[in-house]
Amino acid sequence: MGLTGIQIFKLLPKTNCKECGSPTCLAFAMALAGGKAELDKCPYVSDEAKATLSEASAPPIRGVQIGDKKVGEELVFYRHEKTFINPTAIACLVTDEMDDAEVDAKINNLNTVTFERVGLTLSADLLAIRNSSGDAGKFEALVNKALGATEKGLILMSDNLDALEAGAKAANGKGALLYAATADNCEKVAEIAKANGASVVAKGASVEEVSNFTGKIVAAGVKDVVLDTGATDLKSMFYNENQVRRAALKAKNRDLGFPTIEVICDMTDDPYKEAMLANVAIAKYAGIIVMSDIDKERMLPLLVQRLNIYTDPQRPMVMDEGIYEINKPGPDSPVIITTNFALTYFIVAAEIEASRVPTWLLIMDVEGMSVLTAWSAGKFVADAMAPFVVKSGMKEKINHNKIIIPGYVAQISGEFQEELGTDWEVIIGTREASDLPAFLKGL
Amino acid sequence: MAFSAQTEKYSGKMGTLTFGSGDQALTVGGQASMPFAAFDGDLPNKAVIAMEVYDVVNPEWPAAVVEPFKDVINDPVAWAKKNVEEYGAKAICLQLASTDPNGEDKDAAYAADLVSKMLAAISVPLIVWGSGAVEKDAEVLAKVCEVNEGKNLLIGPAVEENYKKIAAAALGYGHAVVSQSPIDVNMAKQMNILINNLGLPMDKIIMEPSTAALGYGVEYSYSVMERISLAALAQNDEKMQCPMINDLGKECWKAREVMLSDKEEPGFGPDQEKRGVLWEAMTAVDMLLAGSNLLIMRSPKAVKLVEECINELSA
Ligand code: SF4
Repeated sequence: MGLTGIQIFKLLPKTNCKECGSPTCLAFAMALAGGKAELDKCPYVSDEAKATLSEASAPPIRGVQIGDKKVGEELVFYRHEKTFINPTAIACLVTDEMDDAEVDAKINNLNTVTFERVGLTLSADLLAIRNSSGDAGKFEALVNKALGATEKGLILMSDNLDALEAGAKAANGKGALLYAATADNCEKVAEIAKANGASVVAKGASVEEVSNFTGKIVAAGVKDVVLDTGATDLKSMFYNENQVRRAALKAKNRDLGFPTIEVICDMTDDPYKEAMLANVAIAKYAGIIVMSDIDKERMLPLLVQRLNIYTDPQRPMVMDEGIYEINKPGPDSPVIITTNFALTYFIVAAEIEASRVPTWLLIMDVEGMSVLTAWSAGKFVADAMAPFVVKSGMKEKINHNKIIIPGYVAQISGEFQEELGTDWEVIIGTREASDLPAFLKGL
Repeated sequence: MAFSAQTEKYSGKMGTLTFGSGDQALTVGGQASMPFAAFDGDLPNKAVIAMEVYDVVNPEWPAAVVEPFKDVINDPVAWAKKNVEEYGAKAICLQLASTDPNGEDKDAAYAADLVSKMLAAISVPLIVWGSGAVEKDAEVLAKVCEVNEGKNLLIGPAVEENYKKIAAAALGYGHAVVSQSPIDVNMAKQMNILINNLGLPMDKIIMEPSTAALGYGVEYSYSVMERISLAALAQNDEKMQCPMINDLGKECWKAREVMLSDKEEPGFGPDQEKRGVLWEAMTAVDMLLAGSNLLIMRSPKAVKLVEECINELSA
């Protein structure tokens, strides 16, 4: 991707006027190539050069902002290749044929269903408003109501252009997403979007159909496009999502270089099945999914799924060595020692947390190995652990002398006790983290 | 730019594994494309779900997952029959939890006898899973193999510390082996090589690359499995061409998001069953999307949901 400094230099005016802040056009070109400057800084660059440059530097899948949520910009097929970047946005559907109570309940769920996890707040992202009635006035009223009821970004859905325009006007400046432009009306929808600062979904019956008119929307001045390629079930969604990403990343097809939307609540009426569709959509490339409701029991697994799939796999799977406080431990709280493999830490910490027993968790650096692996590699063994425990400063925080080791390394307890001497009493804990709550409560 | 569908062709393909005997035998694996990508290559065998049966149930199990089995929960053979006859299980996985030396510590002869009884009672292939206690598993599974000679059971998990005895028994008495490794591509390959070197052919080995549940490291299992699949297909690495199995039921049903009631954690939502079923079903679908061929699952509702996904994606 991208052009070299020399290629960019050839497109610049070569007058070295310095207005861009660089001493020469060549220096400016180099800065551009390195991503350290913006093309806008040169007032003299030709439109033609601008087009070439922005084309070459654009990401293969465009980033599209809806309200404060960005989708797209993905660069890979498999998360281990690099990372997935902008997590799939989850939208909740309301329609102008629902009664007030139903709309209020759904918006309330969207606003309030959140989960705290590893220091993050997980929640759904967007409100999709559908003009099921066909009535422009009703639709506009619902958009206005929604604007007062939620801060979330909006997707405005109507086949009726008057309704779509009324909704778009009501939401002017909020960065709404208009659903949808088709092959027949795309220029008109693009006009409405442009006038109201909105982005546009290009919707067709197939990937091919959609690819034939996204260019017209862009040409009409709306660059923020999202694709609905007409999937109606799990299989077609899986196929289309794969093909769109392949077209964008491998064939470098600009007409399909956009994030996607899957209206999965139209593919099934069964809330469980809808959750399964959502699960696949998150793993396999959807930019936005529209669901029928944001209920806790489905959102908890789905938001965790999204967090897991979009976690940066390059991040080392280790925790920092040290003392971790769980459930606000005090001087008489138990001490558990384990390794710094992130999963070990996370599973053990979750169990301790669930037990609600205040506990000190002593994490030892064994290069991110699990307990058994570290033990067999000679890293989680008595003569390495004892000096670590002594240096850790753990003793200074407690008024007892008990230290609990994982049940999987019960065999080291004698030697560990010998190494530690009389300052500590070694206790064998459970093999499985899942048995920890009962163990801790029984101490 | 005109759209043209892109396809991926791979030089390698995954091997197969057949377990069970006679006309009840099931074959998994053999895929020449990444999961469900029939538009790229041949997918001769659909993924299979084996339903779990425990010979002793942890009293901590949430009520939601005890409920479907509450009439048979103390009778593993009846439980297995119920799974097959009522819940349509295509295979059964017997979890020999009672042989755990830290639990009831039941002996190998008991386990072998239970397996024989179960084989006589059900009409689907059987997987026999140890308690995870490395030395005891070797002893128990070897006996299971011997007493049930020629039944082509799938037994495991064989790990670095006990694979020799388990693989030897499988080879000697005509069974297949689960080769388990700790979430690492190279260690998975190493285990295949070690077991294969003992004389067990590759089509008698299935990999368990260590299964983590949603929220508990599922992304590690997911990426390791995608990398194993790509090594088998794109790099044609013969030592990676064993199909994959995921022992996921027990991982999912101990997640705190599943274990805790609405009273204990109100933010999680009152319908604890829905949470649990989806936790297991979503973890299962993640494993399938990453390349799994055989899933071990617990909840009949979750099994049904995942089977629907398999069928729709394979249609
Ligand atoms: S402003 Fe433009 S023309 Fe002037 S030096 Fe910079 S790049 Fe060259």
